Amino acid sequence: MRLHSPRQTVTFTFDGKPVQGVPGEPVAAALLANGIRLVGRSFKYHRPRGILTAGPEEPNALVTVGRGAAQDPNVRATMLDVSEGLEVRSQNAWPSLRHDALAVNDLFAPFLGAGFYYKTFMWPRSYWKRLYEPMIRRAAGLGALSGQANEDRYEKAFAFCDVLVIGAGPAGLMAALTAARAGADVILADEDSAMGGRLLREVEDVDGQPAALWVADVLATLAAMPNVRLMPRTTVTGAYDQGTYGALERIAGPAHADGLLECFWRIVAKRAVLCAGALERPVAFANNDRPGIMLAGAVRSYVNRWGVAPGKSVTVFGNNDDAHRTARDLHAAGVKVAGVIDSRADVQVSGDYPVFTGGRITATTGRLGLTSITVTHQGGTRVIQTDCLAMSGGWNPSVHLTCHMNGRPVWREDIAAFVPTPDAIPGMVAAGACNGVFDTSGCLREGAELGAEVSRDLGFKAKVTLPQAEARTYAIAPLWELPGKGRKWVDYQNDVTTKDIVISAQENLQSVEHMKRYTTQGMAPDQGKSSNVLALAVLADLTGRGIPETGTTTFRPPFVPVSIAAMGAGGQGKGFAPMRLTTSHHASVAARAPMVEAGLWYRPSYFPLEGEVGWRQSCDREVGYVRGAVGVCDVSTLGKIDVQGPDAAALLDFVYTNRISTLKQGRVRYGLMLREDGFVMDDGTVARLGDQHFVITTTTAAAGQVMRHLEFVTQVLRPDLDARVSSVTDHWAQFAVAGPKAMVLLNTMLDEEISDVDWPFMACGPVGIGGVVGRMFRISFSGEMAVEIAVPARYGESLFRQLAGQARTLGGGPYGMEALNVLRIEKGLLTHAELHGRTTAYDLGLAAMIHDSKDCIGQAASSRPGLVDPARERLIGLRAVEEGRRLTAGAHLFAREAKAISANDEGYVTSACYSPTLDCYLGLAFLQHGPERHGEVIRMVDHLRGVDTLAEVCAPVFFDPEGGRARG
Amino acid sequence: MARLIALGPFADLLPVKIGTVTCTEIVRDGLWSVAPYQGKAEAVSAQMQVQLGLGLSAVNRRDVAGETICQWIGHGQWLVNAPVALDGLAAVTDQSDGWAAVAIAGDAVTDVLARLLPLDLRAGVFATGQTARSLLDQMPVSITRTGAQQFEIMVMRSMAASLVQDLTVAMSGVAARDAP
Amino acid sequence: MRINCPHCGERDRREFYYMGDALALDRPARDAGVEAWDDYLHNRDNPAGATRDLWYHEGGCGAWIVVARDTVSHAVQGSALAAKVAS
Repeated sequence: MRLHSPRQTVTFTFDGKPVQGVPGEPVAAALLANGIRLVGRSFKYHRPRGILTAGPEEPNALVTVGRGAAQDPNVRATMLDVSEGLEVRSQNAWPSLRHDALAVNDLFAPFLGAGFYYKTFMWPRSYWKRLYEPMIRRAAGLGALSGQANEDRYEKAFAFCDVLVIGAGPAGLMAALTAARAGADVILADEDSAMGGRLLREVEDVDGQPAALWVADVLATLAAMPNVRLMPRTTVTGAYDQGTYGALERIAGPAHADGLLECFWRIVAKRAVLCAGALERPVAFANNDRPGIMLAGAVRSYVNRWGVAPGKSVTVFGNNDDAHRTARDLHAAGVKVAGVIDSRADVQVSGDYPVFTGGRITATTGRLGLTSITVTHQGGTRVIQTDCLAMSGGWNPSVHLTCHMNGRPVWREDIAAFVPTPDAIPGMVAAGACNGVFDTSGCLREGAELGAEVSRDLGFKAKVTLPQAEARTYAIAPLWELPGKGRKWVDYQNDVTTKDIVISAQENLQSVEHMKRYTTQGMAPDQGKSSNVLALAVLADLTGRGIPETGTTTFRPPFVPVSIAAMGAGGQGKGFAPMRLTTSHHASVAARAPMVEAGLWYRPSYFPLEGEVGWRQSCDREVGYVRGAVGVCDVSTLGKIDVQGPDAAALLDFVYTNRISTLKQGRVRYGLMLREDGFVMDDGTVARLGDQHFVITTTTAAAGQVMRHLEFVTQVLRPDLDARVSSVTDHWAQFAVAGPKAMVLLNTMLDEEISDVDWPFMACGPVGIGGVVGRMFRISFSGEMAVEIAVPARYGESLFRQLAGQARTLGGGPYGMEALNVLRIEKGLLTHAELHGRTTAYDLGLAAMIHDSKDCIGQAASSRPGLVDPARERLIGLRAVEEGRRLTAGAHLFAREAKAISANDEGYVTSACYSPTLDCYLGLAFLQHGPERHGEVIRMVDHLRGVDTLAEVCAPVFFDPEGGRARG
Repeated sequence: MARLIALGPFADLLPVKIGTVTCTEIVRDGLWSVAPYQGKAEAVSAQMQVQLGLGLSAVNRRDVAGETICQWIGHGQWLVNAPVALDGLAAVTDQSDGWAAVAIAGDAVTDVLARLLPLDLRAGVFATGQTARSLLDQMPVSITRTGAQQFEIMVMRSMAASLVQDLTVAMSGVAARDAP
Repeated sequence: MRINCPHCGERDRREFYYMGDALALDRPARDAGVEAWDDYLHNRDNPAGATRDLWYHEGGCGAWIVVARDTVSHAVQGSALAAKVAS
């Protein structure tokens, strides 16, 4: 029922029926205004449930919003603003909210208590997967996902400030105002769509004006200050190391309508003031979960803030003075107060309604909504007809964030609540209700004082100016579980009752952490915001320990559920990882080459020709280009590092196993790099461009690792060596030109003709090409006569097109990764398939490359006996011997007659291909005692692909073992 | 043979304007990294002063003299946009085509960048002339404040398209919020 | 977690690569013997409390730094360029 007629309305639907709402109010308020109390069904027993709270802690009123891919389950109706056309549906009910078939669970409740699943569905064991689990999953749970890809957008963002104020109630507003006036950069975050916190729902004055007006004034002041950022609808979800805070912003307005839903902020603050307020707690009495039973503060919110009466005849029940405030406000708003029940016998109160002191609620009625309550009080027992009960068991300060770095809250007897331990989060202080200060005046003062204190810490001059406000004492008599027959709910969201806690205690699960896990109390999405303290108080009573001894469970981030979509925002599709594109990328794509990922790079797999079927046909043709004519391949992705300095050669001697200092200018040498533990890190070429100038190459995969390693050596291990390294990978576009006609091709393009004589194998130097100065290296990764030619990247695309075009006129063309791989396997050349981090120079047959005459990284370790054991798995070649049977990478090797089980495993295949040159399958593999077993026929089994075949062990170089073709 | 044709890293991806923020390509003819050898920083600075009119800038700073820029680019390394001869004093490496650079400017530019970089870009902390190395999404970048609402971002040339992609997504998000 | 880079100031942890204990600074001589090399390569304490580790500002300036921090409180007490510590 609305207390005033609204000026403007919007229409949304609830379970298909149109409902009128007022812009700015949450769905929960609109439902109550329209007399809708039944909003959902509970998690386990499918009990009819209504709205308990008016805030983020809502355990019951979870709804599903939207439809199809955009469907969003478990949205709290208390946090969702109404909007025109919004589609809201209830959850956990079938066929309808009023008639839910699974409500039958409620009849079996005596059997469904804590531990029921563990005890009942144990046997027969085979039933679990087929019957029990699907059945339980169908019956239990909250909401459902659409199962479709989510097309909504999410963001993540970073923010920095001097002072982060968490919560914009009286304490938060004063903390922000004080710090901002002192000159600090302030972020004020509040999860509500409107800032003001408790002041928005209470009828009281601040600074001589109604609280809500004072709030509006302060917000206007803050909004006008350039050093203040206001972040409404933003919940600070976690406190992390070094002043880092997570915060989830619910985006509103047109951006939201446009599909931009949330932004996950990482806020770095030098100081933080926690003003998170307090959450009211329920009381455990019989059937305390009926729709219409609400928290007293929530009732004040609906009445005072949104002008909605949650019932026609409201009863108020509490153990503290706040209950009377609720009755006063209801009465003043013209809502009938059916009675006020104070559990305390010794309070002196009166009002224009019946007051029952020393009262206890012992029963309630109303299947789909509250109709009456039974009260036992000092004067006897009485049944009150009422459709709404406003209850208050006291207030729990929202200490959560103070516990995120292992802090434990402290019990304060006088307010019957836990308060934060000071300094639990470095740089954060707590002010106001979250610190156990419950009156407005105290909150304003503490907020201002702590806002000033943190500003002064940061070197700002701060002044405290306090507005006048109501100062009250907060009197409370602890009240947890009431006598009476029937189930008494503690955790509404996970359907946990006091009886479940009794069972837990009886079964000796008496630690609060055990109780939590056995009963699931506090494990629902609300993380027990309204139930934790009540649950542990009940447990404390049962075990005879006090509440401080019982303690709390561990509060962990996030404070509210954060969607994975928000935390991983930007990580879908193209945002998953940056793409590194070569200069020939667009030409390759235009030639319909499928692109494959190589680290972050994209490289062409093969270049299909019209009429070719499958990759093998293209690959075989491209291998033929290189073996028979000329092929062109973009090799820009290989790491290229410039090394200069007086000690450049000495540095390279130290990082490569072989000696580099003896390399002549204008020449290239193959180099092997070890990790300090003796295993191979990478291999590549070293070209000496000048006396103190080298350029080295790394494999595509290891470029980053090698750069980091070189910086480690120059900065940390050998700062005595005067040498500088700089990555030039992106500056140069580099192409391999390989094949018997490579020299012919080059001479059609180079500014000056070259020959084998002035450009012998392993020569390097500058060349002119197409009017540009490039670099040429006479190296080969195919075993053919080849060069790699590099030009500044701006000319890469142009050079690639011309090289590929020229190659075509010579009976060749571009080749991709598949052909490159076949060519190098035929020659036994290594890639990271072989240099996979567990192989040594010895394993690779390269032990002779470790020069004894000098120290190098990995030298000491590589002489360890275990790394030079002949029984190690060592590099071999494999040649398929069975007609038509392929070899596969990843397959394992066994002695010919051995069973293919892991105990008999003797090695594995790292690379395999069909060689069109040799017309058979080839493989590179690591085999125990490998080099001693050339000629032996062994068994290769690939359990994954179902291949089982025989192969002959041979030397790992299959084609042109003398290397004459590359030398020319 | 035909002369080789030069092509910029962004091809036709730029300029982009979304909401109040504009992103345009910065074209520079040349770029060199300068890494002074041990104990040579002062001598390098003096030589550069003579040749370029700019010494080595302070850490985290970019200095500008006319068209000439000297910018700190990392541990012991600077970038200059004019050739400089420092034989025996510093490693000078041609990086002319190693980087792709954009100017991003507009009223909401810091809001856009806040979605991409874990950097404190508040004007009081990161003033004009300030430069930093950081990660934009996952890409190593160099970012420099070139004006009140204006920054230059440099990224490895091969990542130019991803930079535009990321900037575009962030610019759209900010623009959507500012929409009337 | 935030780490102070001597060049760049306090930065988000995501910019850094973690290497491990700073004893990697003290590389043994080539002929230091098997035990010295075993200790250097493999043996590490796992202290609850003060540690000194090596981080690489890979997503930043490229400096290797030595960071003193506390594994219990997560406090970062200080950092220095490894180049300065090493030389």
